[in-house]
Amino acid sequence: MGTAAVSERDASGPAATGADTGGRERPVPRLERAASGRLVAGVCRGLAAHLGVDVLVVRAAFILLMAASGLGLAAYSAFWVLVPRETTAEAADTLAGAPAEAARSGSRRDWGQLLAYAAVALGLLALPWGAGFVQWALWPFVIGGIGAAILWQQADRDQRQRWVLPLRQRWLRSLLGLLLVVGGIGGFVAQKVDAGQARSVVIAMLIILTGVAFIVTPWVVRLWQDLDAERHERIRSQERAELAAHIHDSVLHTLTLIQRNAHDTREVQRLARSQERTLRTWLYQPRADPDQTFAAAIREAAGEVEDDHGVPIEVVCVGDTALDERLGSALQAAREAMVNAAKYAEAPSVSVYAEVEGDEIAIFVRDRGKGFDLDQVPADRMGVRGSIIGRMERNGGKATVRTAPGEGTEVRLEIRKS
Amino acid sequence: MGEAMTRVVLVDDHQMFRTGVKAELGGGVEIVGEAGDVDEAVAVIRAAEPDVVLLDVHLPGGGGIEVLRRLHGAVRSRFLALSVSDAAEDVIGVVRGGARGYVTKTISGPELTDAIGRVADGDAVFSPRLAGFVLDAFAATDAPAVDPELDQITQRERDVLRLIARGYAYKEIARELFISVKTVETHVSSVLRKLQLSNRHELSRWAAARRLV
Repeated sequence: MGTAAVSERDASGPAATGADTGGRERPVPRLERAASGRLVAGVCRGLAAHLGVDVLVVRAAFILLMAASGLGLAAYSAFWVLVPRETTAEAADTLAGAPAEAARSGSRRDWGQLLAYAAVALGLLALPWGAGFVQWALWPFVIGGIGAAILWQQADRDQRQRWVLPLRQRWLRSLLGLLLVVGGIGGFVAQKVDAGQARSVVIAMLIILTGVAFIVTPWVVRLWQDLDAERHERIRSQERAELAAHIHDSVLHTLTLIQRNAHDTREVQRLARSQERTLRTWLYQPRADPDQTFAAAIREAAGEVEDDHGVPIEVVCVGDTALDERLGSALQAAREAMVNAAKYAEAPSVSVYAEVEGDEIAIFVRDRGKGFDLDQVPADRMGVRGSIIGRMERNGGKATVRTAPGEGTEVRLEIRKS
Repeated sequence: MGEAMTRVVLVDDHQMFRTGVKAELGGGVEIVGEAGDVDEAVAVIRAAEPDVVLLDVHLPGGGGIEVLRRLHGAVRSRFLALSVSDAAEDVIGVVRGGARGYVTKTISGPELTDAIGRVADGDAVFSPRLAGFVLDAFAATDAPAVDPELDQITQRERDVLRLIARGYAYKEIARELFISVKTVETHVSSVLRKLQLSNRHELSRWAAARRLV
């Protein structure tokens, strides 16, 4: 557990904390007490920089030495007194790679981390005082505690500040964890009675476990949040990919065509119009199947006529219903009316209004074009008579054409749902 | 309309579109200010107090509806919403927010000039699409209206809206229904009032179905 964490840290060291691994890329720095990123006096960090090892290793070594009859404490004190403190200018130089971290960690020490180390040290110190062989049962928890401390310290400050909730809460949490650890060990030491030993070991272990849990929780929370963030990021990138694909297939394609046909005003207009319609449908309209619903079918028919004849057709639909055979034939008639308007009316645009009211369906196709005299249309011309009026009547509907030369044309189709 | 120039502020975040509109607008309209986002729009409209504000529905900083909300009751300007959007929630949103009409950006210059004059005179401007939305929202149902005066549109109003949706101009509607243009305008204004004030159950349900509050 501990080894893995350390090696992982080494791998990400240069990016995460410039100070820790600076010694490897630069000439070996002089032995100085670090001014920034220190927990007590900067001895460990200074040593780590000087030896070119991770600060964690040095700290762990000191703590182990401390447990071994206080030798570590003496060594630390000696370093503290003898080693000069790093000057600020050099500190800035050492931390040039991570100025933001330097600015933060230089002024404030990480109390949470210090407390975690203190807890581990105290736990180790308390061990020899315990009586008998049973205390070895504590070792797994000591190791667990060290692991927790490593994990805690592995996260950089930024991350911790983000996920460990407000600073105050983190202090409280660490303090509580420490109290539990100390209390557990203290209680265990105080009751050295042989008979109660097994029971008190269990209690102490439970208390220590709780302390460790307090320390570890932030890490679990981070893990969970990182997973969550990653999932969100994946969904977002999928959406982006879909959008990009859509834009590429439609908009970019059309823009290319427009550039190629720049000389042909009518074609450019048709392309732009068609693209606009597609994009609008995609953006604003609920995805309706033109094979299933009446309004979607009308829109699709209008779009096709618009594409074929290059005249804008404005469609307004009120209400909607499922498509059936009779509506399908009304749709055909409406389409024919649109084609006529686009082809012969010479109008700048065509209006289509479709309305579903209960079982009654009405479609109006109107243009402000030149109009015509209905009586003058030769009997053999199939357009209006056959495709529109005849088709509607065959299906039990009605078609009315209102037109006069110069007045525009309006075709009104009415049918009842079957 | 008439002799005096209609003073207009143009609010749209696309400079190119503003330039285009300015070039297309006919006589009788004077552009007294322009704005590209919500804050700018509020400041410019407060300062210029124009007769009419051409207001884009989609604006950085909260959209046209935010401009309407902030200026509510503060200026006597009238608002005409302008958008490329076909989304019902946008359209009905700004109209319920206080705009006196809605036209799409594909509207021709003369039509827009005409619409501005109409709004300046205190009338409402309904494009075919808006008429369609309103008919949809006030569609006949069996549910009794809570406030019949506000929650239902009359048969005559429905006729007028239908003709607008069919692409008829006010003059053509008047001829079709054997009424005066003034009466057509009255009907449209009445519908606008209902649209803005009605709490009709169907309207809110319809709006909710289109993600509009």
